[in-house]
Amino acid sequence: MSGRRRTTEGVGYLRHVSAIAWKDLRIEFRSREILYTMTFFAVMVVLIFSFAFLKENKDGNVVEVADIAPGFLWVAVLFAGTLGLSRAFDREREGDTMRGLLLSPIPRSAIFLGKAVAIATFMLVVEAVIVPLIWFFFAAPMFGEPLILVCTLLLGTAGIAIVGSVFAGMLLRTRSRDVLLPVVLYPILVPLLIAGIKSIGAMMHGAPQESWFWINFLIVYDALFLVAALWTFESLVIE
Amino acid sequence: MRRNLFYAAAALCIAGFAYTQYLIFYAAPIDRLLMFNQKIFYYHVPSAFVLFSAVITCGISSVLYVKGRQGKHDDIASAAGELAVLFGAIMLITGSIWGKAAWGKWWQWDARLTTSLLLWMVMVGYVLVRKYGGPGSERLAAGLAVFGLADVPLIYFSVRIWRTLHPKTSVVPGLQGPMRTAFWLSVILWLVFFVLMLATRVGTARAERLLEETRERGLDEGLFE
Amino acid sequence: MKIEAVTISKLTKRFGRHRALAGVDLTLRAGRLCALLGPNGAGKSTLLGILSTLMRPSSGEITYRSDGKEQLAGAELRRQIGVLAHDSFVYGALTGIENLQFYAQLYGLDQSAERAAELLTKVGLDDKAQRRPASTFSRGMTQRLSLARARLHDPTVLLFDEPFTGLDRAGAKALTDTLVQARADGRIVLVVTHDLASIGDVTDHVVVLRRGKVVFEEEREQSFSAAVLKDIYHRYTD
Repeated sequence: MSGRRRTTEGVGYLRHVSAIAWKDLRIEFRSREILYTMTFFAVMVVLIFSFAFLKENKDGNVVEVADIAPGFLWVAVLFAGTLGLSRAFDREREGDTMRGLLLSPIPRSAIFLGKAVAIATFMLVVEAVIVPLIWFFFAAPMFGEPLILVCTLLLGTAGIAIVGSVFAGMLLRTRSRDVLLPVVLYPILVPLLIAGIKSIGAMMHGAPQESWFWINFLIVYDALFLVAALWTFESLVIE
Repeated sequence: MRRNLFYAAAALCIAGFAYTQYLIFYAAPIDRLLMFNQKIFYYHVPSAFVLFSAVITCGISSVLYVKGRQGKHDDIASAAGELAVLFGAIMLITGSIWGKAAWGKWWQWDARLTTSLLLWMVMVGYVLVRKYGGPGSERLAAGLAVFGLADVPLIYFSVRIWRTLHPKTSVVPGLQGPMRTAFWLSVILWLVFFVLMLATRVGTARAERLLEETRERGLDEGLFE
Repeated sequence: MKIEAVTISKLTKRFGRHRALAGVDLTLRAGRLCALLGPNGAGKSTLLGILSTLMRPSSGEITYRSDGKEQLAGAELRRQIGVLAHDSFVYGALTGIENLQFYAQLYGLDQSAERAAELLTKVGLDDKAQRRPASTFSRGMTQRLSLARARLHDPTVLLFDEPFTGLDRAGAKALTDTLVQARADGRIVLVVTHDLASIGDVTDHVVVLRRGKVVFEEEREQSFSAAVLKDIYHRYTD
């Protein structure tokens, strides 16, 4: 009996998470504001980085691209993701709907998870644009091992969404929150960025075993912070 | 912290420091490779011990604060955070000087240095949040400290696999005689000093809180009309 | 398990250095409409925040007594509380119907558009308004949508924080009627307001809060008139 109840609770929980995520996706689909601005910003970051860091040899070929392209990718994703996080949570300030969500009987951690799923979706859309762009501009071998690319992007994006959503949720009522989000988020994300960059870099250098090591690292990272987030979100968001 | 215990510890600390300086500069021999520059080791490593102690203190009291919301845990976390930034800065600066003397460069991207730098940045972020976050920033800072604490092993492993150049810990067990005494005495004294500063800072925060409560009670009684 | 009484005992709340509530003892009963009065900064919104489970008290406790044996807490408790505050809790980008459908989903209720439309018509939002994004609503229309949202799940405890601000006479009258009906239905109603005229003649429990403490409390069988409320308010807050 209790086994079945727990399954129903689990399914109910997931349904709440998807209700929150769908709400965000539906609103976004109408205005597309976050998607367009995130994508544009990410593209600009890639371009600016290329002006800053690219070297071409005499034949006009980009040198050492496998060493820097992964960095471009993850920095652009990180910056765009930060923008998206701010904006997505800002939406819950209008009409103070965050409190409306907290007042409802759904588990508070489901609110966090729903927002994280939505933000991860936005980021994946941006990545779908950036990855081909980097391949196009720099002739970077992004598609050598598609499975590695997809796993790395999914896990890395999930990590940024998870940690970012907790902090953005906490920052909702805080002063100077636009500036403080990167301040609190980036140091925590460094291991994820190292792993993401190393994984893609190793793939480009033709060393897939190293990539898989870093992918496993990302799994540990995501699992650890998912648990930490689910455990602490309610305490952190209730005054 | 009991007044007498505090003064006794402080006195011991002062005496201990004086003795340690004597040990460092007179009793311990000059290092063959680095010569006089090696002496900075007696300041750099203890400050690293303090940084990590402060980070762990801040992390654990933040966890307790998040779950229990008791003011005293927040006081300890806040004090530990500030001290972490202070001693972390000392550690990074002395480490940089040592690095220049030992390897000819002011900075190296090796595992230990980078991990410490990142942890220090987390603590700087912690202090910034407390300072500029406005009301309710204690919760946010506590969340950062909790996540930072969880992040410590991940930072360490990811950075270590990324680079390694730092002298291995094998330096310390290999110490002999006066060098060994000077080193461990320094470590202990720096940690005692850290605890004393922590107690002082927590005492200040507590005094502020008591003052505010007294003021509220005075206002209730109409004493300040 | 309907809530029959809410007992607040020695409730305090500190925000960092600031003490918002300094020991509040209060009991709210079913079938009563309680007006919570007080000057700005008295702690009224804080008390409401704690009652609605959006904030945790620094010390003290709140007991929600029901006819069953278990103490209500967490999700089950939130299911029985409805809040109407100055903020609307509605999503500007969604239409009136979509807003109600979303919240119905969160509360595990019938999510059909028909039911949502029915509820909105009951609060006086016409068909065209129901299908427009809530960001295009006037203040009065937003308030009606918020009211529909607050009552969607048929809550036993109704907490209203300054609900009359920005409403015209008709809107205020409609809201007062809703409060009276809720009281007659045996719900627990708590209203924080400065609009003593709208709350007069329907309140039977008055509490005045000042600097985080209850400085006056009285329950009557008949209602307090607006004039009496004004008198009480000035006596205890000047």
